[in-house]
Amino acid sequence: MPLEFTTTRDNPGIDPVLNAWLVAVPIDLFVVAIAAGLMVLAGLHLLIVRPTKPQPMATCTVGPMLGVILLSVGLTALFLKLSHKLYVWQLYLTFEPTAPISWGSYLMPLSYGALLLNLVAHLPVTLPQLAERIPVLARISGVIFARPSRVIALGAVNLGLGFSLGIYTGVMLSTLHARPLWNSPLLGPIFLISGLAAAAAVLHAVLVAVARNERRTAKGKSWIDRLARWTGGSKPDAAIAPMLRWGIVAFLTLQLVVIGLYFVGMLSAPDVSQRAVTLLLAGPQALLFWVLVVGVGTVAPLAMQLLEIGQKIRATIIPALLVLIGAFALRYVLVFAGQESHWTRGIAGF
Amino acid sequence: MHALSRRRFLKISAGSVAALGASGVIASGFARRASQAAEKGTRTVPTYCNVCFWKCGAIATVRDGKIWKIEGNPLDPLSNGRLCPRGTGGIGANYDPDRLRTPLIRVSARGKEQWKEVTWDEAFDYIAERMGKIKEEHGPESVALFSHGIGGTFFKHTLRAYGSANGAAPSFAQCRGPRDTGFELTFGTGLGSPEPTDIENARCIVLIGCHLGENMHNTQVQEFAAAVQRKATVIVADPRFSVAASKAKHYLPVKPGTDLALLLGWMNVLVTEKLYDVDYVTEHGHGFDEFCEAIATCTPEWAAAETGLNVESIRETAREMARHRPATLVHPGRRVNWYGDDAQRSRAIALLNALLGSWGRKGGFYTPSMMPIPDYPYPPYPETKRPKVDNPDKRYPFAGDSITTGIREATITGKPYPIKGWFVYATNLIQALPNQEETIRAIQNLDLMVVIDVAGSEIAGWADVVLPEATYLERFEELHIGPFKQPFVGIRQPVVEPPHDQKPNWWIAKRLAEKLGLGAYYPWEDVEDYLKWRVEDAGLSYAELKEKGILLGEKEPLYFADGVPAEFDTPSGKIEFYSEQLAEAGFDPVPRYTPHEEGPPGSFRLLFGRAPVHTFATTQTNPLLSEMMKENELWLNAAVARRLKLKSGDRVRLRNQDGITSHSIKVKATNRIRTDCVYMVHGFGQTAKGLPSAAGNGASTSQMVTRYKVDPLMGGTAVNVNFVTLESES
Amino acid sequence: MRYAMVIDTRLCVGCMNCVVACKTENNVPDGFCRDWITETVRGEFPDVRLEIRSERCNHCDNPPCVSCCPTGASHVREGGFVMVEKNKCIGCKACLLACPYDARFTHPDGYVSKCTFCIHRIAEGLDPACVSVCPTHCMFFGDVDDPASGVSKLLTTRQHHTLLPEAGCRPHVFFLT
Repeated sequence: MPLEFTTTRDNPGIDPVLNAWLVAVPIDLFVVAIAAGLMVLAGLHLLIVRPTKPQPMATCTVGPMLGVILLSVGLTALFLKLSHKLYVWQLYLTFEPTAPISWGSYLMPLSYGALLLNLVAHLPVTLPQLAERIPVLARISGVIFARPSRVIALGAVNLGLGFSLGIYTGVMLSTLHARPLWNSPLLGPIFLISGLAAAAAVLHAVLVAVARNERRTAKGKSWIDRLARWTGGSKPDAAIAPMLRWGIVAFLTLQLVVIGLYFVGMLSAPDVSQRAVTLLLAGPQALLFWVLVVGVGTVAPLAMQLLEIGQKIRATIIPALLVLIGAFALRYVLVFAGQESHWTRGIAGF
Repeated sequence: MHALSRRRFLKISAGSVAALGASGVIASGFARRASQAAEKGTRTVPTYCNVCFWKCGAIATVRDGKIWKIEGNPLDPLSNGRLCPRGTGGIGANYDPDRLRTPLIRVSARGKEQWKEVTWDEAFDYIAERMGKIKEEHGPESVALFSHGIGGTFFKHTLRAYGSANGAAPSFAQCRGPRDTGFELTFGTGLGSPEPTDIENARCIVLIGCHLGENMHNTQVQEFAAAVQRKATVIVADPRFSVAASKAKHYLPVKPGTDLALLLGWMNVLVTEKLYDVDYVTEHGHGFDEFCEAIATCTPEWAAAETGLNVESIRETAREMARHRPATLVHPGRRVNWYGDDAQRSRAIALLNALLGSWGRKGGFYTPSMMPIPDYPYPPYPETKRPKVDNPDKRYPFAGDSITTGIREATITGKPYPIKGWFVYATNLIQALPNQEETIRAIQNLDLMVVIDVAGSEIAGWADVVLPEATYLERFEELHIGPFKQPFVGIRQPVVEPPHDQKPNWWIAKRLAEKLGLGAYYPWEDVEDYLKWRVEDAGLSYAELKEKGILLGEKEPLYFADGVPAEFDTPSGKIEFYSEQLAEAGFDPVPRYTPHEEGPPGSFRLLFGRAPVHTFATTQTNPLLSEMMKENELWLNAAVARRLKLKSGDRVRLRNQDGITSHSIKVKATNRIRTDCVYMVHGFGQTAKGLPSAAGNGASTSQMVTRYKVDPLMGGTAVNVNFVTLESES
Repeated sequence: MRYAMVIDTRLCVGCMNCVVACKTENNVPDGFCRDWITETVRGEFPDVRLEIRSERCNHCDNPPCVSCCPTGASHVREGGFVMVEKNKCIGCKACLLACPYDARFTHPDGYVSKCTFCIHRIAEGLDPACVSVCPTHCMFFGDVDDPASGVSKLLTTRQHHTLLPEAGCRPHVFFLT
């Protein structure tokens, strides 16, 4: 039966399509997920290696440094998207267990702390000049490495918080029940896995860049050399590179599987979900999703990494760039398509 | 037309004040705002609404010097304490950015819209000088007044004192005139406003093209909703599935232009099936046999073929009406200038009511009463030497009021005598009169055109002098003494001060009279002296009226059964089923249906109506109301839209049979309208630069009305006779 | 004590007086509304059905806008009023996304705003502004916990529906059909 629906409501930011969260949100989700991935990788690495003194492990030197930067960007983006900024302190006068953002508001500074602690712990190898200039930082590092249990705790904290933070970026969306596209428990895992893949790809790219730098350029001329001289940092240990490579393969494969499961779940759910997920199967957002997220961002880098492992192609930073593009596109598409998805407007109950 | 669509009105509002550096005006504005800002706390002022002609009693609340809200006055029998959206949003007019601030005089050719700001004294001197000249050269009758609403009272008075009785309101020939003529010919009484429809007690309500709920005639909408609530039978005949149709038990999607055939068909059923009120008709009817004979051929089968309805639904609805008589109200409608035979169609409605015995009966038409308040004892007006100009030689023999378009015609032709001055009060003639080109032609013949308005409307754009009026929330006004079920008197009093140099209408009219040397006609100093005299002479307390806003009179009998005498002011003294006076004047003594001209193939008949949030073309700049509805939409049948590859939200332009193209308008593809017509709400598509917030929103119905048919009985100008095609803008 | 609104769609003509009255009563900023009119048309001309509704925040029993609020700015008051405390609101807009009715909006001053059921008027023993001005008397407000209240009686004697009951929010604006 033909059906016409009209409404007189025309609220800015709400109608005709919800536009409450702008581009700051996918940026925030993107950088925070990479930071979370970096934390997980660092935590795992610490727990596996259990070093007794700072070592130039890329996961614990480059990782937390990038993590701190990314989390700072994320927190800035988050702050910028608030429309009633002067009241942001209200977040810390309460804890709302049913509100993911309340969890997030505590997870973020805690993660910041964990990243900083790991950064400081490894400062003597990451930025020895800085560590020398500020002895207290070196002392903290010493305190941490004084006992294996403290290193394990550092690893566990980074692993736990990173895991939570990665999941959180998805849960924040999936609990917003009114946007059916987000209503999948798999959104947390997808965002976590995507963050892990991106983190592994970034670290791998750093190692690739350093290795290529050594092979190709005259000593001391490249920006990497200048950076190394300026920081006085040690060269990151390349031993982890094969592991990272396999990690990327595993995470991207897992990401494909979980995205597949997400579609299976949505398409077998009530019609609201089915209608919502068609936003990803047809229409303008679908193109972005299949080309950028699945094609460019997952399948292509996966194939390239497998070829690298099989030594069919040389290692480059290209797969990492593709993974990053995919990871951002994933969040961008989901944030905007999600806001377009809705329960049937006005049709029910007639 | 072309001239009009390219019209440019000086930015009368903020821009020009700043540009011309009228520092005095600005300073006084600031001073007043400062004093308003100083006011603290909340106070209420009872008054009555002016956003439409219903004039509901209202109470405005002022908070910290600013009008906060306005609500219905619970004492008011019209609103029962509940206003309509326009009334509630009426306060928006006070904050209308397009308000006129100071008098303006035209400084270059008419239509060029170049003005200078002047003082009130300068404006009055200018007007008085020109009026003196017109009086000298052409006689005082050569100045005419167009006005709408109660605010015109004092201007009428000033012009009568000056020597002219020429004046008209579009509410007659462009609106409800045909209806009043039709009822007057039948029952001897017109309907007036508010119509004495007893919807409250009706058990069956028949609406023919009348879209109660979309027109917000407050009392009627309230009573209609109550009727729906108590499950009264509603029958709606309309080419469009109106809001009222959605409440109806029977919806008849009548073909536009064939309503009269439907009415005759219904009456045929009532007569042939002997369902009419035999006693009532026998007692009160005149010429019933001739009537029966005349409608004998109007069988439901015939009506069905004409109207596109099915026979059974015509029969069934007629029987339904008979089942509930005499509490069956066939609503007379309000704006009924549709097809040129509107007085006869309205007469058919009157006759249908007569057959059902609803006139003078509970649930039909009651007899209204009015508060007996004496007129102010003014000196007698000078005698007018020439008869009114609008209806020479009684060309329209049954016109019960003055015809705006008649004055316009005299202004163009100079016959029967020239009209050289126009006063236009609170009516946007550009949108209100059919065929805008004729209106503009008439204006070009004038020696003086004065427009008194709140905002720089389109008609103000053509004026020589524009006088800025205070809004209804800033002024005293003539008393409101309406005919209704219970007599009452309402007072309008200022809630806040005007923000700039705007003045109330009484002040303008009085000052003008004084300038014209007619000060003797205004023996009172302040309008409150006038109001007080009238109220107290009626034995009422002016102080109490001011405090309560409304005083009620004793209830009087409403129906024949309560003792209202069953008298009919017709030649026969009875309800005229057959009208000798019509026959004598060469018209059909019993309404007869003649099919109306169809449009060219592929065209749609253009129909229009009202929206609940706007009054005519006067509220589009009210920020509150324009937010509710900023532009009109073109209703187009969904299947037709699919065929034309149009969907809701697409923009089109209308092109009428005379090649006039409208402004851009959004399509509303809907299953709520027939395939042979399109519909839009009147009042949009305004062009005045003086109304920047309304200009260019939607399309103007009036612009498309280049063709109109004049009702030969009473001079009404029927406008539903225009046909349009659509030009997609995408 | 549980307040609810009951709206008789059979009477509503969609005149928008509720919308205008809300705007003036609550000083709703230009361009925004806390209540609005929807029209649903079913069928093909001339066999058409039209339902007109005055809609607003449903003051749900299970309000997702409240559970997702990280500061407690969105909260439920005694009587079931779902409210926003503007001095606690940080403008994260999670509640805008959580509401399946899109009933909320961001006030130009940055905090989130919406219908309050005119709690300030209820405190004075008045009806909400929208209810009090309705010329068709199609809107009713009262305590559904009290079986003797007008709204309770309407809900027990008349067919009614809520919007998107399947969204699970247990809305408390009821539409009589």
